[in-house]
Amino acid sequence: MSTSPASPSDAHPTGMVASVTEDVVSTVQAVRVIAKRHTHKSTSWWIGRVALYALLVVASVAMLIPFFWMVISSFKRDNEVFSVPVRWLPLTWHPENYIRIFSNSMAGGYSMTNWLKNTLILAVVVTFLQVLTGSFAAYGFARVKFPGRNALFLGYVATIAVPWQAYMIPQFILLTKVGLSNTLWAIILLQAFGAFGVFLMKQFYETIPEELSESARIDGLSEYGIYWRIMLPLSVPAIASLSLLTFVNTWNDFLGPLLYLRDRNLFTIQLGLNTFAGDPQTASQDALIMTGAVISVLPIAIIFMLGQRYFVEGIATSGMKG
Amino acid sequence: MSTTVQPAPTRTIAKRKSALRRRNTLMGWTFILPNFVGFALLTLIPIAALIFISFTKWGALGDPVFVGLKNYRTMFTQGTYWTALWNTVYYTIIHMPLTLVISLALALLLNQKMRGVAFFRTAAFFPYITSIVAIAVVWNLLFSPEYGPIDQMLSWLGVSAENLPRWTTGASPITGAMPAVIIVATWREMGYYMLLFLAGLQTIPPELYEAARMDGANSWQRFWNVTWPGLRPTTFFVTVMLTIGSFKVFDLILVMTEGGPGQATLVLSQLIYRTAIGTSGAGGDFGFSSAVAVSLFLICLTITIIQFLVNRRAEK
Repeated sequence: MSTSPASPSDAHPTGMVASVTEDVVSTVQAVRVIAKRHTHKSTSWWIGRVALYALLVVASVAMLIPFFWMVISSFKRDNEVFSVPVRWLPLTWHPENYIRIFSNSMAGGYSMTNWLKNTLILAVVVTFLQVLTGSFAAYGFARVKFPGRNALFLGYVATIAVPWQAYMIPQFILLTKVGLSNTLWAIILLQAFGAFGVFLMKQFYETIPEELSESARIDGLSEYGIYWRIMLPLSVPAIASLSLLTFVNTWNDFLGPLLYLRDRNLFTIQLGLNTFAGDPQTASQDALIMTGAVISVLPIAIIFMLGQRYFVEGIATSGMKG
Repeated sequence: MSTTVQPAPTRTIAKRKSALRRRNTLMGWTFILPNFVGFALLTLIPIAALIFISFTKWGALGDPVFVGLKNYRTMFTQGTYWTALWNTVYYTIIHMPLTLVISLALALLLNQKMRGVAFFRTAAFFPYITSIVAIAVVWNLLFSPEYGPIDQMLSWLGVSAENLPRWTTGASPITGAMPAVIIVATWREMGYYMLLFLAGLQTIPPELYEAARMDGANSWQRFWNVTWPGLRPTTFFVTVMLTIGSFKVFDLILVMTEGGPGQATLVLSQLIYRTAIGTSGAGGDFGFSSAVAVSLFLICLTITIIQFLVNRRAEK
């Protein structure tokens, strides 16, 4: 703000008054000018903001409309899913779809309950193993110096560049030869030892000051003790990121189950849903298929809402997934 | 260490050093081993086996027989491989730039300080964490011919019935299957790359924008002279990820179109899967499948190297 120096000598009271009024006038003028400029700026600023919001609202509607349609259709009757013109709200609401889909007789011998159970088992076991072995190995790479360590790590990095699609068949042959095809073990082995976890955890461990483990070492803690008592508790945010990403990845995995699981009772929710939607016996049940889709997405949506921060951090620090 | 005692035991120190080293090596390996065993068995060995298998004739039954380059010769002379390769390239050259531009635009829009920005970011990112199957099922219904919401919207906009693109099913001369897959893939992935760009934008110092503004640069100039160069490492990374991701596109195609109609969306990954275990066509040809897989691997490797070299040159 333009503050004209209070000019003034105590010796000239009138002069002082004059200068004060002058001051006030100039201040008022200045304020007016600023205010004017501000309102002017804010008109165009407001136009910009409104346009921006309009754009974003349109964009997010476009992004979310498939989900909206999915949820709405899951409450419709099967033959009401397609209608001309498109009906955005069901005529009658059918929440019983959500019960129907769990009853075996309904779903053509498919068992939603089994699929959810299998998927949950896989996601929990894989996440547990990935976090455990990944963080353990990451400690070795980040904190223990030994010959060959860097070469070994390079091996991990290099394989990330090899697409899984390229070696999925030899992997499949291997697991089939040892008799693990058509078991949940195949999926667990497939997902649990990825290089991704090692990466993410190593990245994080390297931000923890070395002095911390050094002083613990002087206090007589073994390397395992340092890992367990110091590094692990400190890396809770990274573990949260890794757990959430792994859980969601395993929950959503379609290719692994597709390759390995033949028995319908072993299906995961993704493979089950896909089979359900593609089977001529059941494919006409559009509303029920949408119900299944909602059920397959819902747990992930909830987990994502609760742990959004960790997702974003995990992706931003590692820059990759899967 | 005792400094007063004269006979400086260098040998003992050396011994102790090597003992420490041995201890560290042992220690390091015990940490790495649990993960490494799984990693070696399930990643390293299969990769090594892949190259070997590609030189053999091997079906679901029996043992591999070494046949030299036969699989590769069949691959290059067979039309299916070229169709799959072309489809993959087609998918990549549309999907990659499209996703890059949209995700960058989204990131720039959502990098501003304003109310509700978190909501919009979530909305953009959400498709990425939902399962491919659910997405494909929903979009397939949206794309259904004639009565599907998308076709209805198009006819409402004045597209006549015979001109409606045959999205994922049609037997019409022009199939919209690949565009449909690309639309869904872009919709699904843009939020993810947006996040990477947002992270990249955070690394550009705000003083640079301040300085550019002082110099009277308009927003377009600020973008070209501050944002774009500042984002270069991110853009490089995103380009590599997107290109490789596009080349190995698999599950989305599998659940949306299964490579059809006809071979309109048959891609390399799917050809690998189909020749080895797929139900349609001649399944159980591991050798041929592995040759295709080796070619996919080499393509991805070459792209990474080229992009890396281009990036290095641009850095100078």
